[in-house]
Amino acid sequence: MTEKKFTDRELEILSVRYRLKLLHYIKAAGAGHTGGSLSCTDILNVLYNDVLNVSPENLSDNHRDRYIQSKGHSVEALYVILADRGFFPEKELEQLCKYRSKFTGHPSRKVNGIEFNTGALGHGLSISAGIALAGKKDQAPFRVFTLLGDGELAEGSNWEAAMVAGHYHLDNLTAIVDLNDLQITGPVREVCNPYPIDDKFSAFGWRVTETDGHSIPRLRETLHHLPAELGKPTLVIAHTIKGKGISFMEHDKRWHHGVPSDEEYTRATEELESELRRLTGFDDPS
Amino acid sequence: MEQLVTGKANLDVFAETLSELAEENRNIMVVTSDSRGSARLAAFAARLPDQIVEVGIAEQNLVGVAAGLASAGKTVFAVSPACFLTARALEQIKNDIAYSNQPVTLVGISAGVSYGPLGSTHHSIHDVAVLRAIHNIGIMVPADNFETREAVLAAAASQRPVYLKLGKKAMPHLPRESGCFEPGKASLICRGNDVAIIACGETVAPAYQAAQKMQGMGITTEVISMHTVKPPDREAVIRAASKCRAVITAEEHSISGGLGEACASLFLEASICKPFKILGIPDEETVTGSQTEIFCHYGISAEGITKTALSLISLSR
Repeated sequence: MTEKKFTDRELEILSVRYRLKLLHYIKAAGAGHTGGSLSCTDILNVLYNDVLNVSPENLSDNHRDRYIQSKGHSVEALYVILADRGFFPEKELEQLCKYRSKFTGHPSRKVNGIEFNTGALGHGLSISAGIALAGKKDQAPFRVFTLLGDGELAEGSNWEAAMVAGHYHLDNLTAIVDLNDLQITGPVREVCNPYPIDDKFSAFGWRVTETDGHSIPRLRETLHHLPAELGKPTLVIAHTIKGKGISFMEHDKRWHHGVPSDEEYTRATEELESELRRLTGFDDPS
Repeated sequence: MEQLVTGKANLDVFAETLSELAEENRNIMVVTSDSRGSARLAAFAARLPDQIVEVGIAEQNLVGVAAGLASAGKTVFAVSPACFLTARALEQIKNDIAYSNQPVTLVGISAGVSYGPLGSTHHSIHDVAVLRAIHNIGIMVPADNFETREAVLAAAASQRPVYLKLGKKAMPHLPRESGCFEPGKASLICRGNDVAIIACGETVAPAYQAAQKMQGMGITTEVISMHTVKPPDREAVIRAASKCRAVITAEEHSISGGLGEACASLFLEASICKPFKILGIPDEETVTGSQTEIFCHYGISAEGITKTALSLISLSR
């Protein structure tokens, strides 16, 4: 857990700032996965600012908590938050997706704070189960978190990993599903219905909880009470909105990897700045 | 003709060596996919139950879990039949192991056509080709018990990903000009000036037997065991090809993308043009039968290699 204790309101303000930044860098790069980054921003905010025992100072400590971003395409949210947490200077993000940049469009271990190179879907849960197994073998205190996309659940490897995590009672493992209900082709349930997700994971030996993936207090409440059941891995189904925070991007599959035009960028930032003014009571010190 | 003494299956030597290492180093973990019996690791599992993780018949998960264990500081051997490990889990090998630089040893057991009668589902004649094209993974294909033990020791000490390809037939102990084993440096099995045979794995023994046959005909043969197929020992290959009149490569693998093509590219880049033949499995549905029968069918036997060698030498006159 991070040293600094934020209020819910402070974290809500941070989320808006993160959304502004990730849009800025996607716009500058001319590439990025906008919708998914916006849907997981609040989850990553709470993880890195309130839950994970990981920092630039303890990155080589084997007892640090691990975060594996299985839905690697939403990397812009992760990069922005890692920069804010001091893992690297934010200015470096100007290199996002540029020639020879370490800031590739999917997580790269060349970036300080990234644990695994991900991006091909269906990998993070197996890797996380392996790390959690090592933790159990060593009786180490660390916990492992991974973020899955809902469309990603069609990858069969997830279910191999779910089975092994249940089999070995990996209660040091938490998987969060960013349930924004949209993938590149359309609504997840129409592309290849993964539901009921809760019953499926329960049947694999997991304890399943649900939360509002955009409610800072509910995310904090959920992620501070882990494992949800001793002896079982926890699945957190986080209900989210793809494109969250920008009215014309929400629930619209075109923003899966859409990059805003100049006019759209202006409208988007105006909306977020308006939200920032609301949250700060028109008194934003920065 | 010197009679070779038959030793154990390389797979048995792998299991014994790994057990020894794991007794000493409790940080070693083995991950299996319902493959402990096939890998001769049942005794390991009984003696060191805390050092084996069973993931069931799930090769993708096997590799992902192995990567996770390695990232948390474990020395990991992921063991599964080569045919499944390197095809079904290729994306995990590429991303979770090689690209993410996790020092896992991937052990492909019963490799090549060890499962010859079981059909192409169980053959792995693609593994070297696909892994050669993936950055940051070494490929080791030991020929006999000595090279297998050394390869396991080297892999355990490696800070990089390694693929270890092992067959299951009892292998003869091969002579070698030097008693040393160094990853990346080929073993010189015997010296000669007429034909060079560059082989790996279980084709080195028939290559050596061919050399013995030809010795009686007044033909001297240089036999090289290229136990490290990636990166290949360029110096050994160039030296042998430069001095000999003809060159043969032999591998338990498709003729596409394996040891033979690796050597061919080295020769061309060095402007060496000698009568040359790649022996392996051609681009056709592989015939079924025992490993020995399949080797004979495709000319990877001592007789087949001898026949090819004599043919190439006649071209070189």
